[in-house]
Amino acid sequence: MAEAPTGVQTPASAARHAAQRPPAGLLPASFRVTSRRRETRDTFTLELVPVDGGPEIRFEPGQFNMLYVLGVGEVPISISGDPGRPSTLVHTVRSVGAVTRALCALRKGDVVGVRGPFGSAWPVDAAAGHDVLVVAGGIGIAPVRPILHRVLAQRARYGRVVLLYGARTPADLLYTRDLEHWRSRLDAEVQVTVDSADRTWRGNVGTVATLIGRAPIDAEQATAFVCGPEVMMRFVAIALQQRGMAGRQIFLSLERNMTCAVGLCGHCQLGPYFVCKDGPVFDLPRVRPFLTVREM
Amino acid sequence: MKTIDVLLAEHPFFQGMAPGYLEFIAGCGRNVQFEPGRYIHREGQEANEFYAIRHGKVALEIFVPGRGPTTLQTLDEGDVFGWSWIFPPYKWVFDARAVELTRAVAFDGVCLRTKCEGDAQLGYDFMKRFAQMVAKRLDAVRLQLLDVYGTVERR
Repeated sequence: MAEAPTGVQTPASAARHAAQRPPAGLLPASFRVTSRRRETRDTFTLELVPVDGGPEIRFEPGQFNMLYVLGVGEVPISISGDPGRPSTLVHTVRSVGAVTRALCALRKGDVVGVRGPFGSAWPVDAAAGHDVLVVAGGIGIAPVRPILHRVLAQRARYGRVVLLYGARTPADLLYTRDLEHWRSRLDAEVQVTVDSADRTWRGNVGTVATLIGRAPIDAEQATAFVCGPEVMMRFVAIALQQRGMAGRQIFLSLERNMTCAVGLCGHCQLGPYFVCKDGPVFDLPRVRPFLTVREM
Repeated sequence: MKTIDVLLAEHPFFQGMAPGYLEFIAGCGRNVQFEPGRYIHREGQEANEFYAIRHGKVALEIFVPGRGPTTLQTLDEGDVFGWSWIFPPYKWVFDARAVELTRAVAFDGVCLRTKCEGDAQLGYDFMKRFAQMVAKRLDAVRLQLLDVYGTVERR
């Protein structure tokens, strides 16, 4: 059968083109950097909007995007903005490798590729009616920040709201303006701790797990959202259970080598799960057996 | 005003201790208060007391030459601090400084040691509580030593 003239689409050529198109979620959209804010010496927050007014990205707290720096590569980065303001994508990036270094070096007006949003979400709505305990360590506060945005925007739906946040030093604390704002509210409790500090620091010193025993929550019915280095999350999970919380009340966000983000490549496999597709948010009972398996 | 044995019964460290023992050791305790910034004890001084914090915040510090006083840990309401009174040479290893207005029950270490040595059951109960607290602190310090928030090279 003769080919249709160039520019004329027949049903057959349309079907062929559709077959050649990459699977859903693999094609990045262009976003422009509208703001870049230094959080700490190695961590920056970028605000992105679609180039030429393209479609905004609606997301749920806990989901991530793949950010693509042309000619350098692509990395999974949690969405750390307000889910109630999807017109602007907010990503906080720590410079730890070639791609993240390139992301942190972007300037206002630069263009970046975005795929997403991907992955499971924190069950924020299911926590309504009960206390909410958010436990974050280091850059792990970025994926839980949308929880706080949503819960505080719908404050009456929840019981007590408590944030426990640990960092290496006072200079490594992210979102210091948010922390001050949340702390100033009378309807939220914020406790911050650092691993080491000089005498100018008037807050807590010690691991974030040590704050759990004193957190003002009803442990029997609260929901805990935990994000940070995996070893920190293991200790936090132990402390939460010692406090009386059941595993099903505890949710963790895991990080593995997410590459395709759509469950095709298998790089992020954790036992029977692909972290990119089945996670990154899991309840503790689902992932507990794998957290201490060294090969994973 | 609450008596010392009532204050101890409300403190997590003494939770579950027989009321008779609480009254017995209450005789070694007294109420104390520290203004913010005041040192409660200094490294190298004689360790004659231990403290059950009722309210406030205390920083355990060490002086590092070239860096100055460095906070190793902070302790709050419900915590206890000071175990140098248990073992010779009875000297404080760290400084303790009140970060906020702090109220505590301070125990006379000699009085407590005498009572614990005179009643093995009390001594065992006391040591179990201290061992549990020390193990918890050790776990926390091990985690701090891991520097879990440090940079790992990635993509």
